[in-house]
Amino acid sequence: MLLIHCPYCEETLPEAEFAHAGQAHVVRPENPSAQSDEEWENFLFIRSNVKGPHYERWRHVHGCGRFFNAVRDTVSDRFLTTYKAGAPRPDLETLTGEVK
Amino acid sequence: MNAPISSFDPFALVETSAAQVRVASPCGRLSLRARGDLAPLDAALGLTLPEKIGQRVSVGNLEAICLGPDEWKLETETGAVAGIEEACAKACAELPHALVDISAREVSFVIEGVRAAELLTLGCPRDIATIEIGTGRRTVFDGATVLIWRDGENSFRMDVWNSFAPHLFALLDTGCRELAAEAA
Repeated sequence: MLLIHCPYCEETLPEAEFAHAGQAHVVRPENPSAQSDEEWENFLFIRSNVKGPHYERWRHVHGCGRFFNAVRDTVSDRFLTTYKAGAPRPDLETLTGEVK
Repeated sequence: MNAPISSFDPFALVETSAAQVRVASPCGRLSLRARGDLAPLDAALGLTLPEKIGQRVSVGNLEAICLGPDEWKLETETGAVAGIEEACAKACAELPHALVDISAREVSFVIEGVRAAELLTLGCPRDIATIEIGTGRRTVFDGATVLIWRDGENSFRMDVWNSFAPHLFALLDTGCRELAAEAA
C-alpha cells in the first residue's frame, strides 16, 4: 500500500484514506464564452499522460476532506512531494534531484 | 426535529475476553464549519476550538474535535443542542459559519478491552498507535468513513453513520470473537 503525506493533517497515511482526483494545475479560463471550441475542448477533456513525474490532485476523503496536489512518478508510483492546493508548482528538478 | 435515533439498544452488543463493543447512549452532535478568526465562536461555545487536526477540547459536557482546517465536530448532551445553536447564531453576524445538527446521522460504538486497539486494525488501514490518547481522527473502517476517538490505551469510541452501523458492527463482532478464540 502507498503511504501519502497529507499536507493539511501533516501525517503520512495509508492510500486507502485518499482518492485520486485527476491532473493538477488545470486552470479554468476566466471568460469561457471567449474561448474557441478547441480551447474549451482542451480545458475540459485533454489531459497529459505522463510517463514519469506527474502533477496530480488527491483528496484526503476519509480524513480532513481536503484536496491537495502531489507529484507522483507514474512509473515507480513514488510520491516525490505533496503540497497544499493553491501553492505554486514545485520545481521538478529539485524534486528529482533529491531522489537520485 | 433532528433527534438521535438508534437501531441498537444501548447494552453490550458483544463481550469477549479480548474486547467488548457496546452502543453509547445517544448524544447531541453538531458539525461546524468556519474560517478566519474564531474568537466569536470560541466565546459563544465557551471553549477554545482546537486548531490542529485530531485535537480535542472539552468544557463541561461539550467536547469539540478538529476534523479539518475549517471543520469541527461538537458532541454534547441531547438537550444542550438547541442552546448551542442559539448561542452560535448570535455570533453569525461577526463570523459567518455553518452549524448543523447531525445528531440523527450517527451512532457511536464504545470499544474497550485488552485488545481493543488490535480489534480496530481489522478494518482500519491507519496505524492505531498514531492516534494519541485524548485525540481522535476521522479515518476509514472497512470502507466506511468513521470518526475514532481514543479515550485511553484500550478505550475507543467510533462514530459511524446509521446506514453503515450494522455492517461495521458485524465486523467488530467477528473480530472480538476471533481475538478471544486466538487467546484461548
